[in-house]
Amino acid sequence: MKRRWWTLAHLEETFFRLLMRISALVLVLALAGILLAVLIRGLPAMNLDMITKVPEGGFYLGGGGGLLNAILGSLYLAGGGTILAFLISLPIAMGLNVYAPSSRWAAFTRMTLDVLWGIPSLVYGAFIFLIMISMGMRASLGAGILALTLLQIPIMVRAMDEVMRLIPGGLKEAAYGLGATRLEMARAVVLRQALPGIFTAVLLAFGRGIGDAASVLFTAGFTDRIPTSLASPAASLPLAVFFQLSSPFPEVRARGYAAALILTVLILIVSGLSRAVARRLSRNVVN
Amino acid sequence: MDSHISIKDLNVYYGDNHALKSVNLDIPRNQITAIIGPSGCGKSTLLKTLNRFHDLVDDTRVEGEVRFDDIDIYAPDVDVTEVRTKIGLIAQRPYLLPMSIFDNVAFGLRIHHITNRREVKGQVEKYLQLAGLWDEVKDRLHEPATSLSIGQQQRLCLARGLAVEPEVLLGDEPTSALDPISAKNIEVSLQQLKSQYTIVIVTHVLRQARRLADHVVFMYLGELVEAGPASKVLKSPKDPRTKAYLSGEM
Repeated sequence: MKRRWWTLAHLEETFFRLLMRISALVLVLALAGILLAVLIRGLPAMNLDMITKVPEGGFYLGGGGGLLNAILGSLYLAGGGTILAFLISLPIAMGLNVYAPSSRWAAFTRMTLDVLWGIPSLVYGAFIFLIMISMGMRASLGAGILALTLLQIPIMVRAMDEVMRLIPGGLKEAAYGLGATRLEMARAVVLRQALPGIFTAVLLAFGRGIGDAASVLFTAGFTDRIPTSLASPAASLPLAVFFQLSSPFPEVRARGYAAALILTVLILIVSGLSRAVARRLSRNVVN
Repeated sequence: MDSHISIKDLNVYYGDNHALKSVNLDIPRNQITAIIGPSGCGKSTLLKTLNRFHDLVDDTRVEGEVRFDDIDIYAPDVDVTEVRTKIGLIAQRPYLLPMSIFDNVAFGLRIHHITNRREVKGQVEKYLQLAGLWDEVKDRLHEPATSLSIGQQQRLCLARGLAVEPEVLLGDEPTSALDPISAKNIEVSLQQLKSQYTIVIVTHVLRQARRLADHVVFMYLGELVEAGPASKVLKSPKDPRTKAYLSGEM
């Protein structure tokens, strides 16, 4: 019964355990590296003005002001896109799992969504841009929101769909067995059981939306002002990072890192919040 | 015999698989009918025809007649949700709705349009008592139902099923996932309930059939082999296949 470390099974075991630890380490190091980089490069340029003021004259040459235009612009864009995408995604995900769980139609929808998921965000931006041109519209908050909505729908539906598919059939039968209609079953079982997952899906899509530069590049434009209506252009943090990092002035580049820092912190806050809320929502979930 | 459900020439197909072959059966009112037989013989299939659960699975075909009192529940103008309200099912293992203990029972009431708070409260208490669970949960009604032990969960499912006021209770091996004491609790409840309900259970435990059943149905390979009063079928079976099963040779 003595352990023999030289047996093949034992060596295999050790090898894969080591491999797993190394992969985990690489991942943690990557995250730590990113955080360190934006902190070290961005912190010197961070001050209260950065998050409370819009750019003043000569901001992009090192003048005064801050990034409030991009912070609010990003929140508006991603917030609007997330709300629209949610309104469209939830019925699709529910439909897939309540009305047509295993039909050919559902399989086709899932495949379409997977293809859409793989489409680069720049293409969504270009697509909306084409529509805008044909309608004689200019870059605006509204158009940016639409591009982000398109980007977010496949992410949201598929994430919701995955958790809804995990709901045991017996749970649905429990509701049907009491004489529930499909809609009543959906509300009592699918919606409640998947609630933490739905919430996570929404925040996943929000995170994806707020970090995306390409889809808003043509559609939302960039401006130093805070957008006042859906028709006015809107700035965004990813583009603020992009524009400022490509500046020849070191102090402007530092602000680019500050913008990246703000974006990263926003995303960290969102994912931290989502974990806390999802845990509370799973109180009643049946395992 | 006063039959509550009457099955005529019933066939069920799963795709190409002929799972239930020309079954004819009368289920007596206010008695416990036990369906027995080896695994894969069609016991559960037969049970699930009684509340139209096969509707939920694609590629399943049911042919024949299931008369509940005088209504053929497979007639095209029949409302399936009403069938499932009148004919309730207790599953093999407790599947709780993802909500509190109270809401698990109240859900059925609410979907059947009992929304008055006081009435809901009263009914929830009544059915939890009927299922023998009230004393154990009365101080924690709003905790998640998942906090209950599995035996309590199954009694909660029973209370939930009773609350929609069915006339028939189906049990698909309702005690097979439970420990002996919890199983006994369920059995006691079923005994008490049969004066008000017609009960049909599927069981693979012969002793349970002996303890509970007034009426026994023996199935084998999708066919109904023998059905009749428990005393007859269990003590002096006519068919050699029933004999073989009861003596443990099958």
